[in-house]
Amino acid sequence: MLLILCPHCGPRNSSEFTYQGEGSARPDAEGVSAREWRSYLYERDNTAGPVSEEWFHSAGCRRFLVVERDTTTNDISSVRDRAEV
Amino acid sequence: MADQSRYSALALLRHGIRGKAWPRIIDRHDLDPSYDVVIIGGGVHGLATAYYLAANHGITNVAVIEKSYVGSGGSGRNTAIVRSNYLTPEGANFYQRSVDLYENLAAELNFNVMFEQRGHMTLAHNDSSLRTMHWRAEVNKVQGIDSSVIGPDEIKQLVPFMDVSDKARYPILGALWHPPGGIIRHDAVVWGYARAANSSGVHIHQNTEVTGINVTNGVVVGVETSNGRIATGTVINCTAGWSSLISEMAGVRLPITTRPLQAAVTEPVQHFLSPVVVSGTLHVYVSQTARGELVFGASVDPFASYSTRGSLDFIEGLASHILELMPSIGKMRLLRQWGGLCDMTPDYAPIMGATPVKGFVVDVGWGTYGFKAAPVAAEQTAEFVATGMVPKLIKPFALDRFERGALVGEKGAAAVGH
Repeated sequence: MLLILCPHCGPRNSSEFTYQGEGSARPDAEGVSAREWRSYLYERDNTAGPVSEEWFHSAGCRRFLVVERDTTTNDISSVRDRAEV
Repeated sequence: MADQSRYSALALLRHGIRGKAWPRIIDRHDLDPSYDVVIIGGGVHGLATAYYLAANHGITNVAVIEKSYVGSGGSGRNTAIVRSNYLTPEGANFYQRSVDLYENLAAELNFNVMFEQRGHMTLAHNDSSLRTMHWRAEVNKVQGIDSSVIGPDEIKQLVPFMDVSDKARYPILGALWHPPGGIIRHDAVVWGYARAANSSGVHIHQNTEVTGINVTNGVVVGVETSNGRIATGTVINCTAGWSSLISEMAGVRLPITTRPLQAAVTEPVQHFLSPVVVSGTLHVYVSQTARGELVFGASVDPFASYSTRGSLDFIEGLASHILELMPSIGKMRLLRQWGGLCDMTPDYAPIMGATPVKGFVVDVGWGTYGFKAAPVAAEQTAEFVATGMVPKLIKPFALDRFERGALVGEKGAAAVGH
């Protein structure tokens, strides 16, 4: 269990959140190749180390948050509302 | 080379009388400047691939590169369950070959792998999961796999202390019953393959970390390690947990996210549980080892991570779920819990075979089902590397299936709690 410091609700257990994970920019569906679409849909960096990822506070303020976390230690260094990033 | 005398009752007696230490099963070698095949990852997949390359195809100029000790990753952290009752014909056929290989493994490797086929029982607590159990049973039967749906009375006979009453919070309506399933000693499988590969002349390099993969014009030419450079035309990525990072070294991006899966074990008690019992609704599976400990596993953690630390919320959830099924074990004490890294793919099926980089072969994406598939994955990967032809059994699991939209939907049968 992680403790996530929600900017709106304060420190909350990670079970209150829905993990969205590593995001990638959606390519324009017009004229995109199968290769690029596969990359968008499925391929992930899967970084071991510091990452910037999205969590949705589904049982709280229902805001999308950008969390900076180290995936090798699970230490969280910053949590911000997506609208402010 | 170490003394690789056959293990037998007579050898045990002889060693006992002489009081001599048993010989090491893995020889130490210096890193050769080149190998025909370099296998990254000294777990059960890597060691078994080296064994089958030597045993089935006569390719022995092979190095297995392991950053820690053999079996230190997923091979020693799984819950040692073997079964073949999968949902798709591709999956069921593939895992059945693995069960076949496991059945003969002890004799083939001259190593007691303690395979106990005590049966595998997947409980259904609601109509939709009962429907899926019937679906799986019918798919399995068509493939010639021993698998059927049984009712609460038969469940009670097989596991007498299970709460099959309609008073349970999640009443048990039936179960998928798979008699050939069971458990195995996972460390013994690793050591058996390591010993057999070693005696075939394969070099197993422990405490050697791969730091880079050299690719020139889209072709693999070598591997950089913490102990020096190796020239090779064929690299097989047999890692779990770190498969994205190793593949990235060759410039291959994979559709994988790494998630920890936690497991736990109790103190040993007298034998009372024969089959492996699984509940998807309750996110738990349990079996009793030969030593008498109960081994519990669950679904993967709810977020990607490379940390193998256990968490309190996991053990709380696990305990409450298992007590729903078996109220009588409430006084048992947990000895330890741990986490292992699972490389999850979008369709809960592995990725095997060629990549866009020539000579870079993958045997990855093993999610929560890598251990039970190790013999067949290794046998087929070895055949692919030796012949250059993609064997029929692994054709559905190619990396390019994601581009073709030909996913193998195993989510319903590959793991619990999805």
